[in-house]
Amino acid sequence: MIEHFPLWPPGASSISGNVDALYIFLTLLSLVMTVAIFATILVFVTKYRRREGVDAEQIHGSVPLELAWSIIPMMIFMLIFAWGAVIYFQERTPPRTSAEVYVVAKQWMWKIEHAEGQREINELHVPVGRDVRLIMTSQDVIHSFYVPAFRIKQDVLPGRYTTEWFRATKPGTYHLFCAEYCGTAHSGMIGDIVVMEQSDYEAWMAGGKANGTLASNGADLFQTLGCPTCHRTDSQGRGPNLIGVFGKPVLLEDGRTVMADENYVRESILSPAAKVVNGYKPIMPVFQGLVTDEQLNSLVAYVKSLSQPPAGTQSAAAGTKMGPKE
Amino acid sequence: MATAAVSAERENYLNKEYGIRSWLLTTDHKRIALLYLVSITFFFFIGGFMALLIRLELLTPAGDLVLADTYNKLFTMHGQIMVFFFLIPSIPATLGNFLIPMMIGAKDLALPRINLLSWYLYIAGGALMLYAMVEGGVDTGWTFYTPLSTAFSNTHVVEAGLAIFIAGFSSILTGLNFVVTVHRMRAPGLTWSRLPLFVWAHYATSVIQLLGTPVIAITLVLVVLERTLHLGIFDPNLGGDPLLFQHLFWFYSHPAVYIMILPAMGVVSEVLACFSRKRIFGYGAVALSSIGIAVIGFIVWAHHMFVAGISLYSALVFSILTYLVGVPSAIKVFNWTATLYKGSISFATPMLYALGFIGLFTIGGLTGLFLASLGLDVHVTDTYFVIAHFHYIMVGGAVMGYMAGLHFWWPKITGRMYPEWWGRLAALIVFIGFNLTFFPQFILGYMGMPRRYWQYPPEFQILNVMSTAGSTILAVGYLLPMVYFMWSLRYGKVVGDNPWGAAGLEWKTSSPPPTFNFDETPEVTWEAYNYDQIPVPKEAWLEQ
Repeated sequence: MIEHFPLWPPGASSISGNVDALYIFLTLLSLVMTVAIFATILVFVTKYRRREGVDAEQIHGSVPLELAWSIIPMMIFMLIFAWGAVIYFQERTPPRTSAEVYVVAKQWMWKIEHAEGQREINELHVPVGRDVRLIMTSQDVIHSFYVPAFRIKQDVLPGRYTTEWFRATKPGTYHLFCAEYCGTAHSGMIGDIVVMEQSDYEAWMAGGKANGTLASNGADLFQTLGCPTCHRTDSQGRGPNLIGVFGKPVLLEDGRTVMADENYVRESILSPAAKVVNGYKPIMPVFQGLVTDEQLNSLVAYVKSLSQPPAGTQSAAAGTKMGPKE
Repeated sequence: MATAAVSAERENYLNKEYGIRSWLLTTDHKRIALLYLVSITFFFFIGGFMALLIRLELLTPAGDLVLADTYNKLFTMHGQIMVFFFLIPSIPATLGNFLIPMMIGAKDLALPRINLLSWYLYIAGGALMLYAMVEGGVDTGWTFYTPLSTAFSNTHVVEAGLAIFIAGFSSILTGLNFVVTVHRMRAPGLTWSRLPLFVWAHYATSVIQLLGTPVIAITLVLVVLERTLHLGIFDPNLGGDPLLFQHLFWFYSHPAVYIMILPAMGVVSEVLACFSRKRIFGYGAVALSSIGIAVIGFIVWAHHMFVAGISLYSALVFSILTYLVGVPSAIKVFNWTATLYKGSISFATPMLYALGFIGLFTIGGLTGLFLASLGLDVHVTDTYFVIAHFHYIMVGGAVMGYMAGLHFWWPKITGRMYPEWWGRLAALIVFIGFNLTFFPQFILGYMGMPRRYWQYPPEFQILNVMSTAGSTILAVGYLLPMVYFMWSLRYGKVVGDNPWGAAGLEWKTSSPPPTFNFDETPEVTWEAYNYDQIPVPKEAWLEQ
């Protein structure tokens, strides 16, 4: 029913209903409060209009009232805070089995690469019901990947990865907007999110020409750049063995421990000396400026693939598990 | 009216000296306030004109009135001019400057020459801003986000940044002056608990100006250094961190919202008390809530960054702190409403603006609850919902408060009354025009229209047309006072020292006041808002 109200955005993700519920609650609360205050003011200014011979009654205040209108709003605020926090937690916690899609933003376009290797520009095709995690970076300024129908938004920064996730629940074509002002053609940095039934999506996937998966491209690049010389698959290399590293804590030379996530792998390629693994020397060459963001994405995807069961990629597993829903 | 005629002939701050030198070299806080009044009005109309062009461009979905780059410069400079050259100085530098010494029974501010210096700094900053504008403008957004501002924009970022840097010192000096003045210059018997709430609000504002403004000043210098010398501070390509910029920027720019709104709250307290003939309900709570807002306001800045890439847990902390700052704001609204209870209420123009302030600030505050809510903010941040929200606070709140104050103290400043019926008409036009302009933007925002869009999908058009229509009505509402205030300088009815029958020391001296405000230093033996001891004047503009 809400979907037919013309002043309402389509809701097409697993969390859009939750966000709408909170929005409706807050709108009603605001309406009640606004009407209450406006009505009180109207009653007072009418009832206590200046009249000949009637003076104002001097009232200094009331401690119980002050306490009441401090504590009651406070309690309502805490309720709203908790509600919003729960939704935020959902928004920022992708399911472990999410399919991964890499996004590179630049002035003024969105470049997208699926784990399976398909590339798109200003379009993202996804099947209904699949958890999709976007791993995003920017080649220049800050952008923001905003899909109103999914009620999600995340700034996309140069020099690091940020992520967001969604599960589309309804086939259709939805707006993709850049929501962080990024220069001249900011309002032209838009695109389409195409949500398809599983079978349509498979047909679309089969139609696109992909030269290998992202991880396999990364493996090739890994060879080309000569990485295996040091990052051997045994413990004898001058650099750490990368098998099984991703997603686990890493002890550093300076005693700190960091989580080996996408940002850590990225940083370790671009500026290896920043966080050196315990027991190794800072001898790796710097790759800043030598690999593109797309190549970096494939290397990250490859390193990740070294920590997963060899048969099938994560996304394929997720895809078969989910299937069409709704 | 015989007394009025006599008081108009008295020597006062306006007729004591004539000539351009007597204005440009004055150290009289009242004359400096008028210098500020003229300057900020100039910038208000420049910024307002840009807003009209923005709204006209958005009348249609296609980008067809101005070029994309021009549009980007328009909203950038609209924001910079309105925030730094109008709203921040608005009430403090004009009404605050004019009234605080009189409200506390002093001859002038504690540091009169510093006060003049602050106006010159403002003018220097404003001139540089205008230079940046005519040279081709700036297109970074008023927020100067890096690395767009430091490495990508080809516009006059350095000039605009330095302009705001310079104007920032004007703001710091005004804050410093007020803090020193309120501490050191109060008349005998004027204890802190007898201060008008206008003074409390300005004291809280001044503390923010003193502590916050240096941070934005330093941040803008860093932007200039990174842009000119390629020092790596914010640009990741130079080893910097773009989020560091956002933290530093909002560390000032969020409290800056309270620099704009707290003085307006002070005005509203004075006006409500006068036109209800009552002491403000819960004086202590209203005074302390100003301090509460100033203090908590400093620790909520990252609520502008919930989708910027900060950690989940820091987002939780900043969300809960943001709800905390909502409590003192709510306290004020409730106390103002309660002040009306059993009052003796009349509806002159200042009162209409003050009541309008309460309504619009309430809506602005309640929609702040939406934005402070993490899960909802993800969807509506950086959309028109935010635009609507902060215009309800800054225009519906701060500018309404400014208009209330300007009308309320106009007879004190000039010795003449503005035309009351024109005033009420303009207040009504502003209220209608404002709501028509900005209310549709809440809906646009929830529908997903991002801010700073030159062109937009056609389904957003109806609401944009409403908003543009509203903006033209709003423009009329702001032009009217401009015209009748000027008119009243010559033709306005000459009034007595206290035409409203208002409490407050500023009304105990003549209108316009003499250069040193009081012939004898007053001694205060009463609480603020002792309306039971002040007769209601039988003037025409108070009848209904």
